[in-house]
Amino acid sequence: MIAVLGLGVGIVLGLLLQPTVPPELQPYLPIAVVAALDAVFGGLRAVLDGIFDDRVFVVSFLSNVVVAALIVYLGDQLGVGSQLSTGVVVVLGIRIFSNAAAIRRHIFRA
Amino acid sequence: MRPDLRTEPDGATVRRRLARAFSPKLNRGQLLAGLLCAVLGFALVVQFRQTQDSSLENLRETDLVRILDDVSQRTSRLQDESDELRSTRDQLLTSSNQEQVARKAAQERVDVLGILAGTAPATGPGIQLVITDPDGELGAVTLLDAVQELRDAGAEAMQVGDVRVVASTSFVNDSGGVRVDGTLLRSPYVFQVIGDPKTLSPALGIPGGVLATVNQSQSGSATVTEMDQVVVDALRRVEQPQYARPAETPSATASP
Repeated sequence: MIAVLGLGVGIVLGLLLQPTVPPELQPYLPIAVVAALDAVFGGLRAVLDGIFDDRVFVVSFLSNVVVAALIVYLGDQLGVGSQLSTGVVVVLGIRIFSNAAAIRRHIFRA
Repeated sequence: MRPDLRTEPDGATVRRRLARAFSPKLNRGQLLAGLLCAVLGFALVVQFRQTQDSSLENLRETDLVRILDDVSQRTSRLQDESDELRSTRDQLLTSSNQEQVARKAAQERVDVLGILAGTAPATGPGIQLVITDPDGELGAVTLLDAVQELRDAGAEAMQVGDVRVVASTSFVNDSGGVRVDGTLLRSPYVFQVIGDPKTLSPALGIPGGVLATVNQSQSGSATVTEMDQVVVDALRRVEQPQYARPAETPSATASP
């Protein structure tokens, strides 16, 4: 409940403040957002599985974001930034899909 | 998060879990999760806006380098194309100049040959020769002699009466006059001759020449007038050669 509220509050804040992304963060924000989405879907699935744990959610959320950003940063330094971020997005996308599939099975029983 | 291999819970369980999750419980974990979700929503919106007004400034270094590379390649390609078109234009200009020069040369040839062949009117300094022959005792021979003398003296264009005199002009005696190229002329015979007057008039006046011959006859007389401006405007119709065709020679750029 509070998580949904928080999401809404964040969206409203973003719309109201209209911040610009600092240039040094620009390559990492999209990947971080995708990683966070992955964590949120994983958390939702955990809720439905009945094994949701606040601590696990927070740690996985933060670690997802940090690791994703780190991989992109590493890729940028190695000169394969765009390929590596594509790879990260693909992996995270697959995870999001599988989590979404699990959630769907729980809710629609199909 | 972890692979879930347990048996599927039934619908009631799922609903109960959802309800429990959505019931507002103020503990630290829930608050932290809410905070993280707020951060996620914030980042989502920011990224959305960023992507929507994305321009060059949002691109990463490698992309910028690639774009710069594309642009410079495009520039050099366009530069090449421009050079090519420019040289084509220069070529066309040069060739049109050459064509103009060739056309001018051809026109000059046409003019010169037209005067020679009698198809173009001509003007210039020259003389007027008038031969009167009231009794018809001189005839074609005298006129032909006069023409030959004038040619020898360098006459460039001439006409007798209103007939242009060219290489093939014929003089035939006829009753009451002379038939020149089929046209009957009667005395007095008026020659308009273009050439150097100082050469033409003495040539006619040499002893035993045309003037002497005519003036020795009983009734004939001949007078020569040097003129600054003689107009030879009688024209001769050109007939297409029936058998002769132009032969391929390097200089055969124009034909009259």
